[in-house]
This record gives sequence, structure tokens and C-alpha cells, in this order.
Amino acid sequence: MKKLINDIEQVLAESLDGFAAAHADIVSLGAERQFVQRRTPKPGKVALISGGGSGHEPLHAGFVGHGMLDAACPGQVFTSPTPNQMLAAAQAVDGGAGVLFIVKNYSGDMMNFQMAAEMLDRDNATVIVNDDVAVENSTYTTGRRGVAGTLIVERIVGAAAERGASLAELKAQGDAVNKATASMGVALTSCIVPAAGRPTFQIGVDEMELGVGIHGEPGRRRVKLARADAIAGEMLSAILGDLGPRRGSEVLLLVNGFGGTPAMELYLMVNAARRVLEGRGLVISRYLTGSLVTSLEMAGCSLTVTVLDEPLGALWDAPVHTAALRWGV
Amino acid sequence: MNLDACIQNATQTLIDHVEELTTLDQAIGDGDHGLNMKRGSLAIQAKLPSLEGQPMAAVLKALGMTCMSTIGGSSGPVFGTLLVTLSKELPESASAADCARALQRGIEALTRLGKAEVGQKTLLDVLDPVRKILQDMPTDMPKAEMLARVRQGAHDAAAATAAMAAIKGRASFLGERADGHIDPGSRSMALIIGAVCDRL
Repeated sequence: MKKLINDIEQVLAESLDGFAAAHADIVSLGAERQFVQRRTPKPGKVALISGGGSGHEPLHAGFVGHGMLDAACPGQVFTSPTPNQMLAAAQAVDGGAGVLFIVKNYSGDMMNFQMAAEMLDRDNATVIVNDDVAVENSTYTTGRRGVAGTLIVERIVGAAAERGASLAELKAQGDAVNKATASMGVALTSCIVPAAGRPTFQIGVDEMELGVGIHGEPGRRRVKLARADAIAGEMLSAILGDLGPRRGSEVLLLVNGFGGTPAMELYLMVNAARRVLEGRGLVISRYLTGSLVTSLEMAGCSLTVTVLDEPLGALWDAPVHTAALRWGV
Repeated sequence: MNLDACIQNATQTLIDHVEELTTLDQAIGDGDHGLNMKRGSLAIQAKLPSLEGQPMAAVLKALGMTCMSTIGGSSGPVFGTLLVTLSKELPESASAADCARALQRGIEALTRLGKAEVGQKTLLDVLDPVRKILQDMPTDMPKAEMLARVRQGAHDAAAATAAMAAIKGRASFLGERADGHIDPGSRSMALIIGAVCDRL
């Protein structure tokens, strides 16, 4: 394992301290590093709190700020945070209008956030994101995974919260965006969890894992590496099969790097995905490209499509000022 | 009964098996189970001195809360809820039948929490067979033989999860690929039960 670290035990703490220092104009770090919070909370606004295992940076702390999250609770690497972190965050950022939790559908995150929601003595609701179409077992309540689409939910709901929407409205908005969003990923190499010290999975130099999750957990199939166009085609076929957008629909395309893939390849994938989507008669009105929901140093990317309408597009375009996303300000 | 020795042995056993648990979880999960159990075990070991002399119920409850606030992932709520339930249900000097009843309450609490059932490749597939063994235990059996039976039953049950297809928990996302691999949570549960039996 080759990583820029001091002590394995201190990786998370030192990274959070660095993050807080680098973005001190936007965020501050809560006591005992239990959460990252927006430096200037807005009174009377519903507080948006997300969180999850670390190793997906800039998700979620990088999305704390104006027009997005009020707080993010970082767990250990690939391990959900504990309920006391969410309670402390809620205490710190509740502006009196209630708390909305945004949770990726993973069993650990679900249980810890559910416990926090049950213990919290103020109005709260939870939006569960499950945008990953790779592994479909919706017969079971654990269902699909929540992946890169989470940032789209956080952005759009964050914009609506900034405009003064109520807790119930935001919960409905979040559920609607989640439903209009679908993702799928592909991995070319494994990630290495610092404390484990070795790759999470073995993969041949000529292989890819199609449908990989954001922890390097296996997806649909292990197959020979294909051309970018074929990869984009297969992923989008699954995504569009799930969303079923009508011809002429407006969509947002998010091409998300997993941490180890250069921007040059991500933009090549944008181009490949664009050809597929336009070939299906869809209008890509918004793009977002970058390594935003990562899996440590894993190479590969995910594609996410959100079907937009006029109001959703306007919320997407509204000002946002966070460490990782910034426009309109 | 030396509760302190049981807890020390269970946590130390988990710490000693961190590599094995990591390997099991990398096969069908995201590889964090061993480290999470180690972190919880170290937190419990650090907490233990402050609980000296307290009744078993108070100790088990404090350990459950420690699990919930330090482990994270699925394991924090699962092991935390199990310990808190046992703290309420387990009498101070419990018979095999008492243990079976308390475990039944624990299984019910975990079923509610994780919306999982027996047979879905989770640690319930260790807890439920162990509960049955305890429930059917002849009362005149020598204690050493009882403990050996429970220990063996727990390890057999964990090994048997390899043949199950996961439909709950993180392993469920892998579909048929999880077949042939022991569920890491079940392995941890069996290690804990075995380690406790060794000190009872």
C-alpha cells in the first residue's frame, strides 16, 4: 500500500482537520470531529443533514454550504457514522424548522440514521437515496444501493430548502428527485482501505467490474475491458431502462470519477454518454463532471442520469457555495 | 461467573481474528467488518474498568451503548441492540432456558431493526440455532458438556452460512456471488459465543 498518510489510525482525523482548514470560509468542524457544519446557518430554514462512511470525498462534507447541506457526519472509512454524531449535528444546525436526513441506502447507514431519527426530539424526516440500478433486488427491502445520485438529491433539495420550503415539501422533493435519478458504475482497479492495507478485490489488468458499488463491492459482472462507447452504452441501457424517459425529455448527465480516473477519461465518457443519450432522443440540458462521489483510489466511473423538468432545472441552477460545488454566487 | 473474563476473552478473540474477518468481508462485503469489530472491542476493553462491580444488566447495557457509539456500520446497531436487549432479558444467574428466552428477545429486536429473518445469511443464523440448542438442553447435563455443545453449535451454524444466499444486509447486493462464503457477521457472533463459553 502506497498512501500519503502518517498513522493509519489518524487518517480520518487529519484529513478532516485539513478539510476544515482549507475551507474555513464555508465550514467548521464540530466537537470531537463528529460533524462538519455550515459556518453561517440560516435561521428558520429546514436543516439538511447527510453523512456516511468516509473514503467517498468530497461527498458529503464537500457539499456542506449555501444551497446544499447544513451538516455532514463522517464515519470511519466505508463505515457509517454512529447515531450520536447525527444527534450532535442536528443539535448544532437545526434552525427551528426541522431536520431532513439524506441517507444512502446501505444497511449500516440506514440503521444508524434510523436510530438517530428515533432518538431526535425535534421534527425530522428522511430521504433514502437508492439510485444504483446495477444490482436489482427491489423485492427485498434492502433494495438498491445509494450512490452518486445522492449529490443530485442533496443539491436540488438544498436549493429548495434555501428558498424556504417546508420539511414535508423537502421530503417529497427529495423522494421525487431520487425516483427521477438512476446510476451505474464500472471499476477498472480496486480501492485500498487504509486500515486493511490491501486491495478490496482482485481484478485482472484486462478486466472491469460492471455495476461496481462505491465501496468496491462487486456488481453485475466481471468482464473483459471494453471500448468506452460499449461501456457507456451498456450502463446507459440499464439506466434508461429503469427511468424510461420519453423522447425529447430534458436530462442531467453526471459523469462521476471514482478517484483514480483522470479528468481526460471522464470527459471522454461524457462524450460517449452524450452520443448514446442524444441517440435516444434525449436533451442533455445540464452536465456535471468530476470525481465527486469516490471510492478512495479506485479507477473507473459512474454515470448518473436525472430526468429534469423546468422547476428541477431551476433548482439545480440556483446558487450553491460548497467546497466541491460552486456556481451562481 | 466471571463476566469480566468473558468480555475480555470475547473482545480479545475478535481482535485476534481481525485479519480473518477482513478477508471474509472482502469476499462478499466492503471489507470493513474486521476493523469495525476491532474498534468496538478496543472501546469495550477501555470501558470495562469503569464498570467493575456493577450488576450484569448495567454492564451489558453500557457495552451495548459503547457498540452503538463507536462501531458504526451495520455492526454497531446490531451488536449494540443485541447487548441492550440481553441486559434487559438476562437474569443474573441464568439457566440454559433463561439464555434461550433472552436470545429469543434479542432475535426479535434484530429482526425489527434489520428487517431480516432467519435463513437470510445474517448473524441471526447463528443466534437462532444457538437458541434452539439452549432451549433443548437437558437440565442434568454437566456444565462443561453444555458449554461445549453451545460452542460447537455456534461454529457449525456460522460455517453453514456459506451455503446460504444473502438476501439481507450488505452481502445481499452481491446476489449469487455470496454463495460459498461464510457471513462475516455470523463468524464474529460464533467467535463471541465460543469465547464466552470458554470463560463461563
